[in-house]
Amino acid sequence: MTEQWNVPLDHAVRVRTLVAEEPARPDDQPAVGGRLQRLCRAAVRDLSAGGVGVSLLSDRGEPLTAAASGEPWKQVEELQFSLGEGPCVAAFAARGPVLVSDLAEAAVTVWPAYGPAAVELGVRAVFAFPLQVGVARLGALDVYQQQPGALSSWAVARSMAYADAALQIMLDIESNPDAVDDVLDDVLAGSGGRLEVYQAQGMLMIQLGLTAGDALARIRAYAYLHDRRISDVADDIIARRLKLEKDDSGS
Amino acid sequence: MSMISSDRLAEVFVEFADTLVDEFDLIEFLQMVTTHTSDLVDARAAGLLLADANHRLQVMATSDERAQMLELFQVQTQEGPCQDCYHSGETVHSGDLREADERWPRFAPRAVQAGFLSVHAFPLRLRRQVIGALNLFSAATVEIAPGDVRIVQALADVATIGLLQERAIRRGEVLTEQLHTALNTRIVIEQAKGALAQIHGITPDEGFDRLRSYCRNNNLRLSQTALLVLNDPTSLPGLTTPRH
Repeated sequence: MTEQWNVPLDHAVRVRTLVAEEPARPDDQPAVGGRLQRLCRAAVRDLSAGGVGVSLLSDRGEPLTAAASGEPWKQVEELQFSLGEGPCVAAFAARGPVLVSDLAEAAVTVWPAYGPAAVELGVRAVFAFPLQVGVARLGALDVYQQQPGALSSWAVARSMAYADAALQIMLDIESNPDAVDDVLDDVLAGSGGRLEVYQAQGMLMIQLGLTAGDALARIRAYAYLHDRRISDVADDIIARRLKLEKDDSGS
Repeated sequence: MSMISSDRLAEVFVEFADTLVDEFDLIEFLQMVTTHTSDLVDARAAGLLLADANHRLQVMATSDERAQMLELFQVQTQEGPCQDCYHSGETVHSGDLREADERWPRFAPRAVQAGFLSVHAFPLRLRRQVIGALNLFSAATVEIAPGDVRIVQALADVATIGLLQERAIRRGEVLTEQLHTALNTRIVIEQAKGALAQIHGITPDEGFDRLRSYCRNNNLRLSQTALLVLNDPTSLPGLTTPRH
């Protein structure tokens, strides 16, 4: 019954109905992931958005894609982990919504890496709403548009209702270690190469004597410089096709 | 009670709503609710019960020890105004407990014996959810005036919303922490797989097999050992010394 920003009852009720009525698809993830996918699809239609994604956030604000309204939007959502910046990361830090109505404009100042990369994927505006309960920051809901423009106040309120509904789906998880592990397993299984990134991280930590943070930064820097997917770079590191040097000289 | 100033009443309402503070203490809050409502209607005694996870009422606060006895009694015998109130979600009262033997054969005589002649129970409810009951006793055969009944119920409603919100937030915070811990643990294990792969020139999956066997053979926890592989590998020579 938590309503994090006192979401107006009419929005909350309507969103609940739309999400419940959203049909499942055969290739949907199981359990929580699947429910979030249906929520993303319902939100896309309702908000007339290009795409919607939901990410979980670690206690340090690192995103983990939980669901998106479609495969291409999953890639957009993943950009934030690949580059270590973006709307849901910003929403985590800000403890509140982050609304960017023109990514091309914002790119230079706000997200020098994420901005152009997202624009290249067809995203021109992005609006992130954190999933928060009390002091705990669990994740964020990202709304993407393929043309620049601000969200109307109706759409902001509606998006908040979707964020709250996503939060409720997460809070439905039973509060025991097994249930939590199961959900995490499902999310990671659908995360498209995320596990390999962590493994590559571990390899670099030993290879180059780096901290976890520096190892991840090294992988990100290489992927960005060579315009490659971070999961592909990780695969190469693990297969020993790629040996990184300690410094960021781009080799 | 109608002698209370509206200013003071407003203050009391605000206090009842104030559950979302860092230093919220459930027992203190419930004690405050019990004491204030008792004072407001000039009751002799008051008690507050909340249902536990098994839907059994538990005494959470009383205005004095004598009421404690009575409330305990109610819980034990599964009988009394609080039980009726909790199950019906409606207020329950008796203006003269001396005539309530049929209604509450075990509770009523004992209440009279303890010096209470009338009782009023208010549900702690939000919409269809009843989480407990608030019990007010008087030594006289008084009926609480309808206006005051409404005020006490309103206070109970405010307290209930506050309790439910605080509960939901606490649960959400706990769950988030569990998710964060599980994620961090999983990340460390994946990193350790990679570390072992690097050390031994094997694949991460093979690294995981070695990690698991090592933990099994030495009765160690996977998550802790994985962390040591990354932070203090020399402490686990059996696992981290390269061998072919």
